[in-house]
Amino acid sequence: MSFRVSSRFLVLTLALATVVSGCAPTVAVNEGGTPESDNTVILYSGREEALVQPLIDIFTEQTGITVEVRYNGTPELAAQLLEEGEKTRAGVFLSQDAGALGALSDAGLFEPLPAEISDRVRPKFSSLDASWVGITGRARVIVYDSQSVSPEDLPQSADDLLDPKWSGKIAVAPGNASFQSFVTAYRVLKGESAGDEWVAGLVANSPHIFEKNSAILEAVNDGTHPLGLINHYYWFQLANERGKENMRAQLHFTEAGDPASIVNVTGAGILRPQRLDQDAYDLVAFLVSDQAQQYFVENTFEYSLVPGLGTPEGLPALEDLAVATFDLSDLRSIAKTQSLLQKYGLIP
Amino acid sequence: MRTSATSVKPARALPGQVYVVDKNPRAPWWLVVASVLVIVVVSVPLFYLVVRVLDVSPSGILDILARPRVLSLVFNTVGLAVAVTVTGVLGGTVIAAVLTRIRFRARGTWLLVSALPLAVPSYLASYGWLVLIPGLNGFVPSYALLTAVTVPYVILPVAAALRGTSADGEAVARTLGLGPIQAFWKVTWPQVRPAAIAGGLLVFLYTLSDFGLVAMLRYQTLTWGVHQAYAASFDRAHAAVLAMLLVVIAIAVVVAERSARGNVHRTTATHLPLEEVRWSFRWLALIAVATPPVVGVVIPLLGLGMRLAQAETLRAIDYSRLATATASTIGVALAAALLAVLVALPLAALAARYSRRWVGALESLGYVSNALPGIVVGLSLVFLSLALLPGLYQTVALLVFAYVVLFMPKALGTARSSIESVSPELISVARTLGASPFTAWRRVTLPLALPGLGIGALLVAITTMKELPATLLLRPIGFDTLATELWSKTVAAEFGAAAPYAAVLVLIAAIPAMILSGVRSVAKEEM
Repeated sequence: MSFRVSSRFLVLTLALATVVSGCAPTVAVNEGGTPESDNTVILYSGREEALVQPLIDIFTEQTGITVEVRYNGTPELAAQLLEEGEKTRAGVFLSQDAGALGALSDAGLFEPLPAEISDRVRPKFSSLDASWVGITGRARVIVYDSQSVSPEDLPQSADDLLDPKWSGKIAVAPGNASFQSFVTAYRVLKGESAGDEWVAGLVANSPHIFEKNSAILEAVNDGTHPLGLINHYYWFQLANERGKENMRAQLHFTEAGDPASIVNVTGAGILRPQRLDQDAYDLVAFLVSDQAQQYFVENTFEYSLVPGLGTPEGLPALEDLAVATFDLSDLRSIAKTQSLLQKYGLIP
Repeated sequence: MRTSATSVKPARALPGQVYVVDKNPRAPWWLVVASVLVIVVVSVPLFYLVVRVLDVSPSGILDILARPRVLSLVFNTVGLAVAVTVTGVLGGTVIAAVLTRIRFRARGTWLLVSALPLAVPSYLASYGWLVLIPGLNGFVPSYALLTAVTVPYVILPVAAALRGTSADGEAVARTLGLGPIQAFWKVTWPQVRPAAIAGGLLVFLYTLSDFGLVAMLRYQTLTWGVHQAYAASFDRAHAAVLAMLLVVIAIAVVVAERSARGNVHRTTATHLPLEEVRWSFRWLALIAVATPPVVGVVIPLLGLGMRLAQAETLRAIDYSRLATATASTIGVALAAALLAVLVALPLAALAARYSRRWVGALESLGYVSNALPGIVVGLSLVFLSLALLPGLYQTVALLVFAYVVLFMPKALGTARSSIESVSPELISVARTLGASPFTAWRRVTLPLALPGLGIGALLVAITTMKELPATLLLRPIGFDTLATELWSKTVAAEFGAAAPYAAVLVLIAAIPAMILSGVRSVAKEEM
């Protein structure tokens, strides 16, 4: 079996490396070192293979750099990277949400990004300290069952969701980072006590707890739940599978400036493996290039975070959704949101 | 050492001398060392959890435990596991009795069918149901579906035990005036009880560790909570505290199982007269036998088929990718099965032959890793391999090792009971004839215990094929199993593209399940 060979080879290489490093003067790792290229980079992708791989193939074709991609859920990869720490071999982490990026950034696992990468995207949608960069935006939306809810009855704000007429009818995924950033936005915009009251009000309205957004969308589309809180782009995935005209679930944006329609980001950061990898920088630079951003807008219906690249078909402009007084740095207080959700038993 | 002053025994019996088996011998040192090593290996996740829990201050731990959701998670978990296990043990025993004791057509086929729910991953079973009945959620569906997919863990060993049990005692009880059910209860149940209870233990541990099904059916258990702790707050310490609660529950149950297991007083099977029963009773019996396969296999596959029919994006199947994933799945499953049995062997031999309190404690520890969610075991091996053997990290070798840690307990019970069932007298005969202890083991114990070891290996193979969370964490980049391919298609809502992988996964997992149903085992008690 091939793995025997490769592991033996690895052990051998390691032994050799130990011997060599024992004789040679210690080489400075990371700090201050110039990145080198060996034409391969390892990417940990918390985004689906079906979306990411075509883009990676384009990158490889253009640059000759091989990208080895490990696909898994964003939380799982974040937990894995936290365990790996400085021993990681990954060069880049592509995350489904800002929460995971913040956690890795707090653990000091990211290498700061150069200005030519971090300045490409709108400042409100990236980390303040250039530890990671936003790649795409996805709006929080209300998904509703078009057969049981008429559009004029739909909630126009987060507060409308607390109306008793929605009691037992709302599906949420409170463990999901995007739900938490929405609650964080609510707290930051309206104050802590209002945030507490909102969560208490939601719980009083007996919401149905789901593990993830995609399951909420399916439930609403199957007609079992009238309303759900999700990210917009899941709808396009399911519509792609079932056919747009067959979609019972429809999207609804709350009024401009309301926290229920904030925009969340996916993003990427450069990790610190044993050796700074130029290929990692090239890959992240590619992800914020016009070409890649266009790919996201057209194929995954996400918002480009690079100004001037247009809006996905049939969606409101990013400017109309963005909450003027809220930016991603406010997400630093997401821990407070988590304690709030724990207090009301929405998450363990 | 055996050559102490009190019990001088030659290593080899002298001519004309009868080798007498010591009734309560001391375990040889090498067996003890090997068993302790095995425990160290499968306790890797426990060490990891301790390290992570120690990151939290004692008051921090109390804070986590005092959260409103935590207590309800414990209640939900224990309630679900107890309900599934009790139903599984009772239902599984009844089904096994029907399959071995009542005359009806195509009995062999029914036994085979009753093993099939093992082949359907629980996440697939629940998804299929959700297609048919959207919105299905909570305790009752989780309980019903988990029972259906785990009841073969009881049916198969109990059926095997019943086939090896004489019905003569029951016949005597019947002549003494007991009804058929009473006679079964008084005479036969004590003989199959260890098999039923050991199967029940596997059902219980399975329920504790299951994530896919409870996540789909939105029933919040501790394993769900562990996943939420990673997802909601990237809080490894918090996840570890919740996982520790699972460990505590598992230990309590393993200890309870040890005391409930009891000893088998074996009677040799002479012949098995099949009961002729009224047609109405026969129909009732058939319904009981058919329920788990219908609930756990037929209906879910129907649901998946319907979803497939709705798919607009039914792509051309990438056959080479499907073939590669199939080969990888079979490869790791076989490797894990063999290795798990090898690892289980010393501990099983120790537990089977030397009844000491500390041996019991050691054996109990061997089961705990089976109660843990795959993600915890996966992360513990990320942590440990990077600390000790970085060269092995993200190799197939480490992945197989993870499967062994996760699923060795499934082989442990069968291995122990099959070694136990080899009569010590046979060994003393072999020793009298001049065989060394090792030769006696190799030529007597091992061949007789082999079918039981095989059952364990098959169970490990089936569960390995279906495993997802640890596989995703530890596989080498680009190494895909059927389960990971299925996952990567469904997260992108590509159900059409996922279908071939689901079908092949169920098909190849059905093969060991079918073999299992046919094992006319020497290991009569347990699996």
